[in-house]
Amino acid sequence: MEIKELIIDDRRRGIFRVHRSSMTSTDLFQQEREQIFNRCWIYLGHESEVANPGDYRRRIVAGRPLFFARGKDGQIRVFLNSCPHRGALICRRDAGNTEVLQCFYHAWSFNTDGELIGVPSEDAYGPYFDRSELGLKEPPRVEIYRGFIFVSFNPHVADLVSYLAGAKEYLDLIVDQAEEGMRIVPGSNKYTMKANWKLLVENSLDGYHLVPTHQTYLDYITGLGTDDSGEPLAPRRPGAARALGNGHCVIENAARNGRPIAHWHPLFGEDAREPMARARQRLVDKFGEERAYRMADTSRNLVIYPNLVINDIMAITVRHFEPLAPDNMEVTAWHLVPREESDAMLATRLDSFLTFLGPGGFATPDDVEALESCQAGFRATETAWSDISRGMLRPAQSADELQMRGFWRQWHANMQGLSKTDVQDGQPTETEAAVAAGTDD
Amino acid sequence: MAAANNPTLRELVEDFLFKEAALLDDWRLDDWVDLFTEDARYVVPTTDLPEGDPSRDLVFIDDDITRLRARAVRLNSRHAHREYPWSRTRRFVSNVRVEETNDGELSVASNVLVYRFRNGEGAPYVGSINYILRREGGDLKIAYRRAVLDLEALSWHGAVSIIF
Repeated sequence: MEIKELIIDDRRRGIFRVHRSSMTSTDLFQQEREQIFNRCWIYLGHESEVANPGDYRRRIVAGRPLFFARGKDGQIRVFLNSCPHRGALICRRDAGNTEVLQCFYHAWSFNTDGELIGVPSEDAYGPYFDRSELGLKEPPRVEIYRGFIFVSFNPHVADLVSYLAGAKEYLDLIVDQAEEGMRIVPGSNKYTMKANWKLLVENSLDGYHLVPTHQTYLDYITGLGTDDSGEPLAPRRPGAARALGNGHCVIENAARNGRPIAHWHPLFGEDAREPMARARQRLVDKFGEERAYRMADTSRNLVIYPNLVINDIMAITVRHFEPLAPDNMEVTAWHLVPREESDAMLATRLDSFLTFLGPGGFATPDDVEALESCQAGFRATETAWSDISRGMLRPAQSADELQMRGFWRQWHANMQGLSKTDVQDGQPTETEAAVAAGTDD
Repeated sequence: MAAANNPTLRELVEDFLFKEAALLDDWRLDDWVDLFTEDARYVVPTTDLPEGDPSRDLVFIDDDITRLRARAVRLNSRHAHREYPWSRTRRFVSNVRVEETNDGELSVASNVLVYRFRNGEGAPYVGSINYILRREGGDLKIAYRRAVLDLEALSWHGAVSIIF
């Protein structure tokens, strides 16, 4: 099957289908590495994870062992975690603080700027042996946007802000909630799913699955007698789904649940009411009512193409997933919080995270089950297509699938060696198609 | 410290832990919840931060009695999809150490191995569980249960979908 044929995108009839070999084929998995993970910006970590000079963290990103460290000069640098001498991993702990990194194999030493500073018995090498050529290697491109560190193995990739396109504004909407910036809380959720990574992209902003898949969570909230009884200070507005360009996508909803910034809910307790009202007022004073409404009283599920999810819902989770095989991925999820928040508010926020989110929460385990179930179902190869047509002939609501189609169109373009999802074959855009179908109300 | 060498006390605690393990393996979750005090806490830290403190750090689970009861309700329902139908589990509890604290509570450490089988696959959760047990009436009750996984990540199970 040609790559071009893997997606049916019929905007006049409102039909969008994805051939499931895109999630099972080893050959396509290898091509994704080349066409997507070796070309895009990929999330590495957050600058707060290396807060002090000498702090370092190691991570696997786009298949490569990497680590990032904050130097004495305060700068964050990213290195390929492989000794330039013979290849051994230099950084062999997940996190720590050091001035010198020494390879245990032959004891070559490097500083946190990546410079080779020690070679035992260096006089054994000839006159052309040059330490400056043997420092730690860095990825071709590293950029940080508002604390989020990205790397790219494509020297020619556009600058990060251009790449983020419409997702930039959504990152601002999240980071601006904090007065003194955001930080990652210690502790991460690390879990594996026997499912294709693109299933997690779909699932992370799938409004349609909430009620059937997460009924036990909704029952719990209802059982506490606190369903939907927060106090939004502005009228409800319908949710929306958007494709943000370059494969990034989002759904937005009026908050049903409490949001630690700054949408009070009985679950948070009376003590939290006053500080949260103050937090909301601060947002209004600083950003105006409209933007404060979006920050406090709406939630959003954001995918930054290809493999970063930031869900700003009952807490803010940053979720990165590393594809391991067509049917396997490792997920790491963190909790992003405002630096300045009081101990009491932090405790409320941590608690708010746990009910829904994380592999011990009331929802995430069932998402794991759903995705693994899809992957198992894909073995029924005669059922060859997945349908992602929901809402295609109307202005997209948050339970529709326009955002997933935005992701898949970018994936499809990239897999064909194209960088952009230009409107293909003279088809109308989805909005134009909705107008033509007379459903654009 | 004298109590640590008291075999009778340890046997008493072991009987209690064996009973708890049997309730969990039999999925008698309502009876399991009844083992807890009203002010109880059930904590599972993340695999990368075993010393994690729920008031400052991200953990997997930090249940008070309300959320613990809700967890049992959830797992008893047909809609906890990761555990419907229930997985088969078998728990092994060993290396039990008991100390009596100054206020008459029991501080208990144990090693735990739980095998979980489902959908044609089986793998263990391995770790330690520490308890604070309190005597209420003639019974022991769990006031605090902290289950720490030795796993480096949830690589096999993808979740903590059973009670560990």
